[in-house]
Amino acid sequence: MTSVLIPTLTAHWDDPDSFTLAGYRRAGGYQGLPKALAMDPDQVIQAVKESGLRGRGGAGFPTGVKWGFIPQGDGKPHYLVINADESEPGTCKDIPLMLAVPQALIEGAIIAAYAIRANRAFIYVRGEVLHVIRRLHHAVAEAYAAGYLGENILGSGFSLDLTVHAGAGAYECGEETALLDSLEGFRGQPRLKPPFPAIAGLYACPTVVNNVESIASVPYILRHGAAAFSALGTERSKGFGIFSLTGHVTTPGQYEAPLGVTLRELLNLAGGVRAGHSLKFWTPGGSSTPIFTDEHLDVPLDFEGAGAAGSMLGTRALQIFDETTCVVRATLRWTEFYQHESCGKCTPCREGTYWMVRVLDRLDRGVGTDEDLDKLLDICDNIAGRAFCPFGDGAISPVVSSIKYFRDEFIEHFKRGGCPFDPAAATVWADGGQ
Amino acid sequence: MSEALARLDADAAEIIGRYPRSRSALLPLLHLVQSEEGYVSDDGIAFCARHLGLTEAEVSAVVSFYTMYKRCPVGEYHVGVCTNTLCAIMGGDQILAGLREHLGVGDDEPTGDGKVSLEHVECNAACDYAPVVMVNWEFFDNMTPESAKELVDGLRAGAPAVPSRGAPHLATWKQAARILAGFPDDQATGGNTAGHATLAGLRIAREHGWTPDDGGGQ
Repeated sequence: MTSVLIPTLTAHWDDPDSFTLAGYRRAGGYQGLPKALAMDPDQVIQAVKESGLRGRGGAGFPTGVKWGFIPQGDGKPHYLVINADESEPGTCKDIPLMLAVPQALIEGAIIAAYAIRANRAFIYVRGEVLHVIRRLHHAVAEAYAAGYLGENILGSGFSLDLTVHAGAGAYECGEETALLDSLEGFRGQPRLKPPFPAIAGLYACPTVVNNVESIASVPYILRHGAAAFSALGTERSKGFGIFSLTGHVTTPGQYEAPLGVTLRELLNLAGGVRAGHSLKFWTPGGSSTPIFTDEHLDVPLDFEGAGAAGSMLGTRALQIFDETTCVVRATLRWTEFYQHESCGKCTPCREGTYWMVRVLDRLDRGVGTDEDLDKLLDICDNIAGRAFCPFGDGAISPVVSSIKYFRDEFIEHFKRGGCPFDPAAATVWADGGQ
Repeated sequence: MSEALARLDADAAEIIGRYPRSRSALLPLLHLVQSEEGYVSDDGIAFCARHLGLTEAEVSAVVSFYTMYKRCPVGEYHVGVCTNTLCAIMGGDQILAGLREHLGVGDDEPTGDGKVSLEHVECNAACDYAPVVMVNWEFFDNMTPESAKELVDGLRAGAPAVPSRGAPHLATWKQAARILAGFPDDQATGGNTAGHATLAGLRIAREHGWTPDDGGGQ
């Protein structure tokens, strides 16, 4: 039987010392770095381009191409900034990765910095994950002590300083230009693009911002070759990725698989939807990706497949909701999140999320009307493509997609004058167990 | 300027030294003042402004943007209940309602003994362990209304529980803030590397013989 799962980044997560330098090296770590340092930086960029690696933070932009945008010989400092601000609702892959194998991130960071000729790198990690931050500091200290960071790394002449920087609680800082503003000591609000960070990023210097999992995938590419990576996955979505199965599923957790795997395949391995229940809706890649239903069990979970089916691959955050879940409640809660986290810079997002919450709340309480659904979709129309950053488009995804698939359920709320669901039935302990 | 903050001048200088431009030190400096006073006071804002050559208004504008900075004292143990959609539906709403009633406090408000404060938090990237509760930004996984009440009772009784995936000894709110400022304690090597759900796919892959082709030391 063909392997559905392919533990690679996750292969050693249960080694008791996987987070230490010794544990990481014993598992084959730091074999990619010497290969990279023996190559010309442009060859490293070329290898990452050839691997087909696309950004694992949601947008799927080709990582090697992003690196190639950095101007060379421009006389300015270059920066590598790792986006470890994992906050997209449902997304829970980078945090366990950094807890278990922080050295994979650091090895990838050194390779990436070498490729783009950066001597300073930052890991911008969300603040609300204390033990992850300890592990990152520990890993950086071990890497310095072993000569993987600092001056003249492994005798290559290349030097790199890496700083762990903890955020302070703001979803918007996951957007790369907001992250840069935050790292510069400002409110985390997005910048107008262009110029893109590759031209004017941190301190207006050329900067690459990459997701944790993207960077952690780089050592594999250098160690095993671009072809080994691109042999996995689908035609335009290469390699492996971590799929996070959560919610009403028998065995929630992290499942590493080649891109293109389907939810049906993953659910089969995970024991299916929790016993006695059936799939109602799910997100393929976090709350900012339009929801899917049981019609979409066989959609290939790659960038093209998810897109063709009307959603996005996003962060492969597969949040599973069974038939006990009220889609209006779920949508309201997501929208409250977007309202809370809207940075306030642009009007469509700031005002739009505010009014969407009010209308959805009315619908949820059963005092809405048909017109409210049209009003919601009209607000969504006025946010789509008009917000400063992708936050706005993300915020309308759950609203538009839930009305598309479950319009009748919204109507049922105001016909009955209330929610037809019992929230207690959806809880983990509803059926008498965890 | 309070005496307590004056002691932090050396730490502030060290933080500023980590960055090519001093203003980048503002977020960690705010974590630092929070580690001393438990919240960001007016004195704390003045301290950051003085070290970075900013106005107090410029610092205040940053403080108010980020939810982890508190402008009033919170508890020694700050409890965050995830009520984003997935955790809420899996039981987070019931946990938060139960704790509010049990503790009798509002958002960010400490109990009378100063031990515990409560807040609803957004997704904390632990959805495979829903419903999730955070204490001083450490994970308490797979909670129930009952286990959450036991958790806060233990915190109030001076017997903090061990995080599900975190340090063996739960840091206090101020100690946690110091780690966030970039001065980690010595607990990095403690605690587990991965929880049960984290390893779900790896376990199943091994059962099927889908072993990694990475040449690593299996």
